[in-house]
Amino acid sequence: MVTYFSEIYRGLLSLFEGMGVTFKEFIKPTVTVSYPYETLEMCERYRGHIELIENEEGEPNCVVCMMCQRACPSDCISIAGKKEEGSKKKVLTKYMLDFTKCSLCGTCVESCNFNALDFSKEYNLASTRKEDFYFDLLKRLEDRNK
Amino acid sequence: MNLTLLNVIVAVVIAIAFAALNAAYLVWAERRGAARIQRRPGPNINGPFGLLQPPLDGIKLMAKQLTTPGGADKVLFIAAPVLAMFPAIMSFVTIPFSDTIVAKNMNVGVLMIFAFASMGSMSLVFAGWSSRNKYSMMSSVRAVSQAVAYEIPMLITTITVVMIAGSTDLMEIVNQQSPSILHWNIFPLLGNSHNLLMPLSFLIFFTCTLAETNRAPFDLGEAESELVAGFHTEYGSMGFGLFFMGEYANIVIGSCMTTILFLGGWSCPFGLFPGVWWFIIKLYILIATFIWIRWTFPRTTIYGLLNLSWKILIPLSLFNLLFTAGLIKVF
Ligand code: SF4
Ligand code: SF4
Repeated sequence: MVTYFSEIYRGLLSLFEGMGVTFKEFIKPTVTVSYPYETLEMCERYRGHIELIENEEGEPNCVVCMMCQRACPSDCISIAGKKEEGSKKKVLTKYMLDFTKCSLCGTCVESCNFNALDFSKEYNLASTRKEDFYFDLLKRLEDRNK
Repeated sequence: MNLTLLNVIVAVVIAIAFAALNAAYLVWAERRGAARIQRRPGPNINGPFGLLQPPLDGIKLMAKQLTTPGGADKVLFIAAPVLAMFPAIMSFVTIPFSDTIVAKNMNVGVLMIFAFASMGSMSLVFAGWSSRNKYSMMSSVRAVSQAVAYEIPMLITTITVVMIAGSTDLMEIVNQQSPSILHWNIFPLLGNSHNLLMPLSFLIFFTCTLAETNRAPFDLGEAESELVAGFHTEYGSMGFGLFFMGEYANIVIGSCMTTILFLGGWSCPFGLFPGVWWFIIKLYILIATFIWIRWTFPRTTIYGLLNLSWKILIPLSLFNLLFTAGLIKVF
């Protein structure tokens, strides 16, 4: 008999305790991010697709040494460059990334000795078309500087 | 008030509008409340604070096709959602919101509301039976055992209140509680019973309303984790919409009854400015508690549910009935 009543009493008490917990949560501010309207800043070590790094003039650091293209195990990168008349350095004219095959392994970034390649923080990449994942990194660099 | 045809039509239209508006915006409140408890914003895109969400949902539901599963019992299948909504609306007719706002006061108001409330579980049985779906069937079996188990303590508690008031007239029950908060049946220190166990009765009654309206933590009829969606698995479009509205209308009725029987109806706690606003305030505090409870507790098991009723609620409510009878005899 005593256990019967004490069980009821303890049960009832725990119900009120539970309601206290939810009430406290109720008055606290929300913690979620309304995604399409707000986005989170990606963390430092996030690996998005690769991206060209620019120098102060807004030109790519790349010297078209082809190391990244050769290093890529999935053959995602295709580069083209040409030598201007009278100048010693090659200038990058095309940097295409086939992101459909990229495994984000980072070998290209590691192999670049000229600080010309890095991971982007881009993650809003959903699409229904394959063509949307062939990135022209040179164009993206220009768009960034616009 | 004379019962002319015009009066009846106006009363019914107002009742339907009140029920529909409540259903729509309680869904909104429910979703916002649930979201706040889970620390999210909830629906906030359509209109300010997401206030346009319910009408848009309604339009979406109405635009859908009403399908009947093959082999279903068509007549019962269509009758079930109507039966879910109709008793709820009928009950509104006799509920007094203040001493003037009542469509038709009856001296057996309590009885009438419980008669209609018991029809509510019929709709679940019809829906489950006619759907030709094993999950719906199981759900309706549960709904019946639940309705049987919880109507008993609910009625016993109501009888306790009726005994104290000496009347089944809802107006009369409220009038007896009107002088002050200490006359309310939840805490009747100055009433004519002086029963200190009444807060317990209030809890029993409130728990039973939760169970009667099939709300979490007693929503075993719906139990989406085991029975898909229970009795309304096969319903789409406004068939589902009517079940949904019926659920919220029943919540409003249950809260109205709790307010009238235990919280003094439209009387003010301090005896000042009695009126419909007090009724509305109490009503919505109770409804908010319904929502709060739903998002606090997980669903019980069917055994837990029946044990709670037969082993705890019924003995306690019976004891309180006898105790109250004794006190009334003494004082
Ligand atoms: S991250 Fe790896 S797979 Fe992707 S482009 Fe660079 S080397 Fe190729
Ligand atoms: S390794 Fe660096 S510098 Fe060389 S081509 Fe690739 S990005 Fe340009």
